[in-house]
Amino acid sequence: MDIAFVIEKFVLVAIIFGISLVIAMYSTYAERKVAAFLQDRLGPDRAGPFGILQPLADGLKMFMKEEIIPTNASKWLFMVGPGLAMLTACIGTAVIPWGTPMTIGDRVIPLQVTDINVGILYIFGVVSLGVYGVMIGGWASNNKYSLLSAIRAASQNISYEIAMGLSIIALLLVTNSMSIGEIVANQHGWRWNVLYQPVGFLLFMVCAFAETNRAPFDLPECETELIGGYHTEYSSMKLGFYLFAEYINMFVSAAVMASLYFGGYNYPGMDWVLAHTGQVIGPLIGTGVFFLKIFAFIFFFMWVRWTIPRFRYDQLMHLGWKVLIPLAIANIIVTSIVIAVIEKF
Amino acid sequence: MGTSVFYFVATLSVIFSLMVIFSKNPVHSVLYLIVTFFTLTVHYILLNAQFLAVVNFIVYMGAIMVLFLFVLMLLNLNKDNEPLKSGLVKIVGVIAGCCLVVTIIGSLKATAISDPVLLKNPNLGLVKNLGKELFGPYMLPFELSSILLLTAMVGAVLLTKKEKA
Repeated sequence: MDIAFVIEKFVLVAIIFGISLVIAMYSTYAERKVAAFLQDRLGPDRAGPFGILQPLADGLKMFMKEEIIPTNASKWLFMVGPGLAMLTACIGTAVIPWGTPMTIGDRVIPLQVTDINVGILYIFGVVSLGVYGVMIGGWASNNKYSLLSAIRAASQNISYEIAMGLSIIALLLVTNSMSIGEIVANQHGWRWNVLYQPVGFLLFMVCAFAETNRAPFDLPECETELIGGYHTEYSSMKLGFYLFAEYINMFVSAAVMASLYFGGYNYPGMDWVLAHTGQVIGPLIGTGVFFLKIFAFIFFFMWVRWTIPRFRYDQLMHLGWKVLIPLAIANIIVTSIVIAVIEKF
Repeated sequence: MGTSVFYFVATLSVIFSLMVIFSKNPVHSVLYLIVTFFTLTVHYILLNAQFLAVVNFIVYMGAIMVLFLFVLMLLNLNKDNEPLKSGLVKIVGVIAGCCLVVTIIGSLKATAISDPVLLKNPNLGLVKNLGKELFGPYMLPFELSSILLLTAMVGAVLLTKKEKA
């Protein structure tokens, strides 16, 4: 393990961490602007030109607010909750390939922190840990509404994880690899997985909405029934962490969907561009394309939130267990039959 | 490097598993158990069993412990409403504990004379190799264990149905 390797990884991690924070920050701004656009309003426009400094003002406000810990709350766990939510939101980015390897001098720098050969399962594991932040925070608040919300979050996550795992199995049948680096590299040019797995993508996307607690699956934060949900008792930056973690989760799941089903950094004609722009600019263009796809997904998340009303709880469970899971199993069976037939002839 | 990391993580596993037993609040116990499972995941990684590590991570930490936590949070156990244990229960506990000690001593003695297990193939834990082993020579036990799990699931559903009738 040489020093250059450590520095290279450290810089990459720092950049990715910074980018995810900035994107999460401006997602809050984008959400308000998109909501305003869909509802024919103006949205935030006071702080800076077009309200561009609004996220900074919000962040400052969050930091300045008084911090309140309820008397009967479990103090230690009350503080661990938001931290855990933030941690599990951030570590998912470690296995996502951001671009083709860059060559500077003789050194080949892969634009991916680590390419473990079970990368897709790692993402799945991180997603399944995400619920602990909500559960611990909700329980530690010592508030009935928070507890109900935490329990809703847990049952929702467990139900949708199954369908998500099953949709990933069908994807693995097509890709023959669990390493995200390989999966993305195999979608070179136009051979995106969404063309082979349209149903799988649809299932994965619905489950991603449920796992990130976004509307129409935001039952843990259902204001009409649960006040503020699991963060009812939270104030100041702890509340900020919970809200922020949701946007980072949205960014990460957009990145995962873009890289698993929409080719990641691949785009048609990329060989020509790579050959003509060299080994530094070329990969960066790929990364730019990847981010365009991510932004498109984030916009889609917001578009859905301001268009579709929230599910009722029994509808949510019905959709998860009686529609998505059978559909996912059917998808696996059809995919494997098709693959077997193709290999035979 | 490898052994020192092992001893460090092993100490953590022991400490956290003791905390599971000694903490008074059941929810704290479950949280310590989650940390214990996390250290076990690290052990699997040290053994180069990546697939097992991730599966342990997803299944135990991500699913089973969430359900445990779920149930305990709903029950909301604390010292005030926990029923007092009778003397008989305590005696039974002592006897069971003594039996456990005998078993542990017996198994410890057995490990002292057996050779340390050497992996024939250090890459056995990677997904491809593990899958080939499971669906090749060990096909029958693998499928049988799935039937066992199915039986347990059907049994659990049946138990809840009976109360309604």
